[in-house]
Amino acid sequence: MILRFQVNATDVELDVLPMARLLDVLREDLRLTGSKEGCGEGECGACTVLIDGRAVNSCLVPVFQVAGAKVETVEGLASGLHGHERLHPVQAAFLEHGAAQCGICTPGFLVAAAELLAHTPHPTRLEVREALAGNLCRCTGYQKIVDAVANALGRQGS
Amino acid sequence: MIGEGLVRADGQAKVTGRAVYVDDVRPEGCLYAATVRSPFAHARITGIRLDPDFDFSDVTVVTAADIPGENVVALMTDDQPALADKVVRHVMEPVALVAAPTREKALAAVSHILVDYEPLPALFDPERSRGHEPSLFGSDNVYSHITLVHGDPDGAFASAEGNADVRIIEGTYRVGLQEQLYIEPQGMIATHRVDAEGAPGLTLFGSMQCPFYVVKALSRVLGHKRFNVVQAVTGGGFGGKEEYPSLVAIHAALLALKSGKSVKLIYRRDEDLRATTKRHPCRLRYRTVVEVRTGRLLAFDGHMLFDGGAYNTLSPVVNSRGVIHAVGPYRCENVRSEALMVATNTPPNGAFRGFGAPQVQFAAERHLDRIARELGLDPLDVRRVNLYRDGDLTPTGQTLKDIGAKIVLEAALERAQRPLPPGNGSGRPGGGGQAARLAAGRGLALAWHGCGFTGNGEANLQGKADLALEGRDLRVYTSSTDIGQGTETIFPQIVAAALGIGVGRVSVAPPDTDLVPDSGPTVASRTAMVVGGVVLKAAQALRAALASEVGFDGDFDAMLDARTSDAVLRVREQYADDGTLVWDPKTYRGDAYPTFGWSCVIVDLEVDLDTGEVLYRRLVQATDVGRALNPVLASGQLEGGALQALGYATSEEVVLDERGCMRNDRLTNYIIPTALDAPEMETVLIEIPFAGGPFGAKGIGEIPHDVPHAAVAQAIERATGAVLDRLPMMPERVMAALERRR
Repeated sequence: MILRFQVNATDVELDVLPMARLLDVLREDLRLTGSKEGCGEGECGACTVLIDGRAVNSCLVPVFQVAGAKVETVEGLASGLHGHERLHPVQAAFLEHGAAQCGICTPGFLVAAAELLAHTPHPTRLEVREALAGNLCRCTGYQKIVDAVANALGRQGS
Repeated sequence: MIGEGLVRADGQAKVTGRAVYVDDVRPEGCLYAATVRSPFAHARITGIRLDPDFDFSDVTVVTAADIPGENVVALMTDDQPALADKVVRHVMEPVALVAAPTREKALAAVSHILVDYEPLPALFDPERSRGHEPSLFGSDNVYSHITLVHGDPDGAFASAEGNADVRIIEGTYRVGLQEQLYIEPQGMIATHRVDAEGAPGLTLFGSMQCPFYVVKALSRVLGHKRFNVVQAVTGGGFGGKEEYPSLVAIHAALLALKSGKSVKLIYRRDEDLRATTKRHPCRLRYRTVVEVRTGRLLAFDGHMLFDGGAYNTLSPVVNSRGVIHAVGPYRCENVRSEALMVATNTPPNGAFRGFGAPQVQFAAERHLDRIARELGLDPLDVRRVNLYRDGDLTPTGQTLKDIGAKIVLEAALERAQRPLPPGNGSGRPGGGGQAARLAAGRGLALAWHGCGFTGNGEANLQGKADLALEGRDLRVYTSSTDIGQGTETIFPQIVAAALGIGVGRVSVAPPDTDLVPDSGPTVASRTAMVVGGVVLKAAQALRAALASEVGFDGDFDAMLDARTSDAVLRVREQYADDGTLVWDPKTYRGDAYPTFGWSCVIVDLEVDLDTGEVLYRRLVQATDVGRALNPVLASGQLEGGALQALGYATSEEVVLDERGCMRNDRLTNYIIPTALDAPEMETVLIEIPFAGGPFGAKGIGEIPHDVPHAAVAQAIERATGAVLDRLPMMPERVMAALERRR
């Protein structure tokens, strides 16, 4: 089927199998490899993307479901050109707090955190933990991830 | 520079999604690979046929018959084949390989490779392995048997009889399998290349900790070294990518050779869980003679039985670390520590953060709790009376100095006395949000961990590092891989500090075996301390070389200004100890490690009395890191390791079916902690410098996984009176222990 949707504010039109996984379409057809596959069954959250502002596991979404939708991936969080980009505050906070280690889960966490911060700019630590409970990290113990997300927007003098 | 929490060098790439992991690469015309695996734990292979009704025209099939060199995964011994020939010794053992233009076709082809098996009796019980049938390894199914004796344990036990001042206290402890669960599954790409001399060869690019392990293993299988190995950005390892990637690389290479095309081999999660190595399960029997009044350890007799699985892998080294760490960070003048590592028909167990120490120190800490319980003493007092002090001898006879044991204990206690900062703490409510019956408790445990390789390991290995002056910038060449711990950040910090220049002028070359020397593997908490030390020596050597070139030694940039040539200046250094370490690998006497790390962990938790679930609230750890080269990265290591240990404690259970195959092979039922399960963590970095490490740094990668699970067991006991001596402490086991208490 011919599918039209938006990825990171760019219109795309693709000839795809309707039941193809959104994750594969992003990674293979659009070469947006920032979204990762850790489990393929919606448990690890490494493939988290936003569809119309809502965080979902893209490994569980048949691509036909995004017809006409706005999809945002980790590649869309920063603005500006590669190498000179302006990071989203949560990306900057991840760097500052040391919230990324091996980095494989990082894109999913960033996208899930971006959704939280869009609704709740100054979340409590428990709100952060709840919002990120669908994303697994094996490196950090989550402490620095929670630090980063809870303080991402706080620094601008909430 | 040193001691600054600089942002990690690969951070920008990782937060923007640009970091390139193996599965992000798709070579032109690449084939996708899949593995045909044994459904039996032990069987004879009587034939391998292709289903005549399946279209194999675009499928490459590889069996043991296609191996040009030796059919072996070269590691410590040569017992593991690259592909099973004649016999399979564990379920999920690779028997054949396929590659096809699509993943779907490759997966379909797997089920049309028809393998005929004749099942053989299988061995699953490590208690019935040694000297029993079936014969799996050597003459007696024993991978390693080590007995370490210190003082006169027999005499101490004999004289304990009839002495009212002492008591013999015994206990049995068990720990289960644990999966590393790196979030990125195993993966490798093999591509064809032509080397500088025009000879055809291969490039292996993938997720790994130890590129030169792959070189060693693959060269035996191919019968030549016309290939290079390049580490991709690696999505976690924890030991699970120490030795296993050699097998993945061999498989990708064999398919690439036979097909003439690039081949990509990425494990599915369920396949990764069922097929790859785990932490060794262990049964530990501890007997001690203790002073009744104080709980002081007078003699220790420990027997450990580790299950190595179907092949040897690195099991003897796990056994060794287990023997040495068995008593925990406690003085005892009469010790027998005996460990047996045996073969069974389960998938091979292998490297996992801590490497035997988390198993034995669980038993050591639980045993001290048992001593306190039986003698009516405070568990903390029993620890205080036994903790190592300067000048004490370890069970191998090593004299300890600059011991951090008491310092980390007091620091952790002090921090845990402070209230949590407001807004912190209290994660998930118990009882599914209903009004739950919760019992709160606090537990404490202490660990020591030998840093780097045991005994003469580092001296024999002579790990190397190069440093090159390229223009006005410097580049570090090592085979130490950054698997998240921050190698790419701390090596430049070390060089920049040594030369007095900005850290931005120092970069790290990609771990490509064409470019870098063998620094030894990225394991054993050795990268910062050992290889970092070699990098520091290289910086000093480079300064000396530059000084001799320009005729003076001064400000680094002034020396650069005085250069008349712009030729690359490259120096190589290698590890050499100061000659003071003495170790006898036959008797296990001497200096087991260059130094030890020390850690104290305090866990606050609540037990849901209706479900047996454990809810973590707070974890304080104080750890002697020698010197925190980068405190943000250092505390990140400690926090991550501690949470892995909490998973080991209460949620991570590998359930094997009757074939020894992991039944809960998904993230839905092998439960690692989420952000909501994790406690708030406070990490106190204690710095007792180690003269042999760069700027005093010690290894820290493994110690955080050594005892948090023991602190959890103590906290559960203090909260409820329930005694658990077996890991994992799943809710049903907690409930059973609560029942027993009544």
